Amino acid sequence: MSKKNRSYIYLLVGLVAVVGLSFPLEASVNSYDMRIIINIGISMILAASLNLINGFTGQFSLGHAGFMAIGAYTASALTTLVFGSAEGVTQELLFLVVLLAGGITAAIAGLLIGIPSLRLKGDYLAIVTLGFGEIIRVILQNIEPLGGSLGISGIPRYTTFIWTFGILAVLIFISENLMRSTYGRGFLATRDDEIAAESVGVNTTKYKVIAFVIGAFFAGVAGGLYGHYNSLIRPLDFGFLKSVEIVVMVILGGMGSTWGVLLAAALLTYLPEALRKIDLFGVSLSDFRMTIYSLALILLMIFRPQGLLGNFNPKEFAGRFKKNGQSKKSKPAVS
Amino acid sequence: MEEFLQQLINGLSLGAIYALIALGYTMIYGVLRFINFAHGDVFMIGTYIGFYVLNTAFVQSLGPGAETAVIVFLAAMVGCGLLGVIIEFLAYRPLRNRPKLTVLITAIGVSFFLEYTGQLPFVFGADPRTFPTVVEKTTVLQAGGLVIDSYQIIIFVVAIALMLGLRLLIMKTRIGTALRASSMNLKAASLMGINTNAVISFTFFVGSALAGAGAILYAMSYPKINPLMGILPGLKAFIAAVLGGIGNILGAAVGGFIIGAAETMTAGYISPTLRDAIVFAILIIILIVKPSGLFGRGGTEKV
Amino acid sequence: MRKLLFILLSGLLSGGIISCGNDGSDGGEESDVIKIGHFASMQGDIATFGQQTNNGMLLAVEEINAAGGVLGKKIELKTEDTRSTTQDAGLAAEKLISQDKVTVLLGEVASSLSLVAAPIAEREKVPMVTPASTNPEVTVDKNGNVRKYVFRVCFIDPFQGKVMAKFAKENLNATRVAILKDNANDYSVGLAKNFQETFVGMGGEIIAEQAYEAKQVDFKSQLTAIKAMNPDAIYVPGYYTEVSLIAEQARDLGITAPLLGGDGWDSPELTKGKFKEALEGCFFSNHYSVEDTTALVKSFTEKYAKMFNGEAPGAMSALGYDAMYIVADAIKRAGSTEAEAVTKAIGETRDFKGITGNITINSQHNAEKSAVVLQIKDGKFTYFATVAP
Repeated sequence: MSKKNRSYIYLLVGLVAVVGLSFPLEASVNSYDMRIIINIGISMILAASLNLINGFTGQFSLGHAGFMAIGAYTASALTTLVFGSAEGVTQELLFLVVLLAGGITAAIAGLLIGIPSLRLKGDYLAIVTLGFGEIIRVILQNIEPLGGSLGISGIPRYTTFIWTFGILAVLIFISENLMRSTYGRGFLATRDDEIAAESVGVNTTKYKVIAFVIGAFFAGVAGGLYGHYNSLIRPLDFGFLKSVEIVVMVILGGMGSTWGVLLAAALLTYLPEALRKIDLFGVSLSDFRMTIYSLALILLMIFRPQGLLGNFNPKEFAGRFKKNGQSKKSKPAVS
Repeated sequence: MEEFLQQLINGLSLGAIYALIALGYTMIYGVLRFINFAHGDVFMIGTYIGFYVLNTAFVQSLGPGAETAVIVFLAAMVGCGLLGVIIEFLAYRPLRNRPKLTVLITAIGVSFFLEYTGQLPFVFGADPRTFPTVVEKTTVLQAGGLVIDSYQIIIFVVAIALMLGLRLLIMKTRIGTALRASSMNLKAASLMGINTNAVISFTFFVGSALAGAGAILYAMSYPKINPLMGILPGLKAFIAAVLGGIGNILGAAVGGFIIGAAETMTAGYISPTLRDAIVFAILIIILIVKPSGLFGRGGTEKV
Repeated sequence: MRKLLFILLSGLLSGGIISCGNDGSDGGEESDVIKIGHFASMQGDIATFGQQTNNGMLLAVEEINAAGGVLGKKIELKTEDTRSTTQDAGLAAEKLISQDKVTVLLGEVASSLSLVAAPIAEREKVPMVTPASTNPEVTVDKNGNVRKYVFRVCFIDPFQGKVMAKFAKENLNATRVAILKDNANDYSVGLAKNFQETFVGMGGEIIAEQAYEAKQVDFKSQLTAIKAMNPDAIYVPGYYTEVSLIAEQARDLGITAPLLGGDGWDSPELTKGKFKEALEGCFFSNHYSVEDTTALVKSFTEKYAKMFNGEAPGAMSALGYDAMYIVADAIKRAGSTEAEAVTKAIGETRDFKGITGNITINSQHNAEKSAVVLQIKDGKFTYFATVAP
């Protein structure tokens, strides 16, 4: 069986597992825990999509929440303002359409911002994307039909466990396959040494833009999922802080390591909830989380710049338990 | 016309403060080739140093006036300067030869650390604080609708004096010569026997001290301080530095004034909600059209 | 292999969450306390308001319990932080309802955060009372349907905007007014909109409409533009944090027209130190006046100061206090903690004597009560007028 076919089978297994898992979960978990799980799923999509940009091509983007906002607003506006009274369409089909629309709009924005700014080097790109995120927020705030600063309220709740984790499985499938394709090589060459890559004829701008567009697409879809779960979206929630949270997930997990990033996303979404009731100096421990995150960033960069699971490769890891350890000679670690 | 002049004066006095902060960005970039993301937060700490000094019993007993002003400026400048040196020593020095991205992430980490630790209730607290009066504000000139107050004059005088002082320091002293040599080529400078670590520490001290002075000027004019207040002025000052040509000291000063004026003009004549957006737009345009900035030297990235 | 690992991982994770999440959640059904949940911004942008509201509630709970509680049971206030974000507002509300199993949900100052919780309360059929969310949509959804379980004890944006417009026109004889609103804040935008509608409807003229964003510190451009129009008054329906700077900069530029505002101004900061002079003679609408000498208000301000280190209660503290008392009163009248009965009783609140006025919940689930207009005079919020609905 070829590698390609095998990865499709993995996707299928993953999707079946998501559906299979959803029924016992929905039955046994209360709605608070379910909300945590869905939030974790959305964080995972956001982090994995940013990982495509930050991790795979080494571009530092600080405006991911801006793409999320575009997707969230497009999808939610379509549902509440346009399709609100659509008849003869099932809810699932409608949701799929609005999510795709949100993703595509975000991807177009990614293309528009990407083409001029991806010619820039790391530091500048970080600041331009930061500015982009803020500009999106300000623009949304000033569009009256989209609710201005109050945002869009009364969004129906379509997001479920299956939707969230199904989309996550697709994203993982795409990013893992991408890395094994020609594009993946292009991404890595761009990340590892841009100047060297360019000098051997790799069109680094093209690869950066492609990664940017795909990343933006999934951030947009995640925004749509978020809006259709939380029932209200407003510009303030897609500010700089949200972008930072996603960046921290990617760095903590190890830029470029899909699994590390997913794990970090889950941890960083769950921790604030777990810390809700633990006090230190009369302050809830969750108040300290940004202090802890920032210290972790500094210490990681000094002592372990590859992140917690930076060079972790599950296949290699599994291989260690086999006697012949043949997986050692497998392809270079890309995940 | 009157309104236009008023907007221009307001913009230039804001720009003078940006210029002071921008100098720090540009000096550090000049030597280390990296953007000290935490610079805006050093600026924020400067306002808090001023706040606590002004609230000590001794300074309170002096009341607003020249003595108070001197004490507050010195405290904020020395405090920020030391903070800059400590940050460089603890966070950036271990990463001296690492990839740029690593240093950038660390700088962002330092920035968040200052912002969010500052928000903890037993540090500064998240609530805005009112900055006490340093010197009494008087109206210096009132011509028709045009009003200039003493703070605007103070900002100009202090900012320009510090910039001239910086120029003297860099052009006429030994350490200034060493700094210039280091910013041309750090490695070559160290081969020539310059203690580059000392030069880098010195750069951080001076750059951060200027941010400290800017902080007091800023807090005097906008007497509301909070731990997140450094982000936007910091970014705008950075953009001012890029606009002027990063690494170029005259450029940083001119860039600061341009950004300040552009911001207030946009707010006054186009839309106040676009005042931050316009600054980022300027950045994008300058990076695409002339990445080396108004006064910057061209040059390509070395492999 | 990886997909399998992923499945395993997510299984483990969700398993972990279930087991961690359920700690001590159940078992409160037949206890001797009545749990009231409060989801509030204890950190983040609007933490000041969340903490004030919570303090008001804590004071009310202490008083109620000292007087023997409700239905012979003590009230227990459970507060969960929304960190001023919609994501955490959803989590906090959901936790209070599905895990802590509270009888009534109190909460949020910010309308946007209350709007996240309202559908949850409706779905779980738990009564919710918001102390200070002023957007009409919180109790009546977009389609005009009244939310069965959601109530409020404060007046709504249109009312406060109207009050100030009427006041400007009739008491100040202003005909040309400028507006300076906080575009990042739906409360401010709502008040500005309703002020404008009423003021123009009464024959007045809005000569300039300028905006700023919360946390900005430089308002000179907007004020310079406003000054050029020479208005009779300037309506600034923002939060006190920016209002103090706006007032100072306005005076620096030589603007002498009075500033007008809403309940977001209610903070001792506006009467202190360097901002005192700049705001002298300005007016704002509020829920109550600290100067009110009725025994009720007097005892409230005294007790509050005693409980919280001499702090003066803000409007949010008073609203939080009233919200808690209205809930306690409703449970008493319902004679049980059963959700439907309590919901019905809250809806039947008539002429309840609260700190913030005589509160009657109307068919739209809004509080009907009068507003007061306060003037800042000699560093004090002085009572100026009462405007009935």
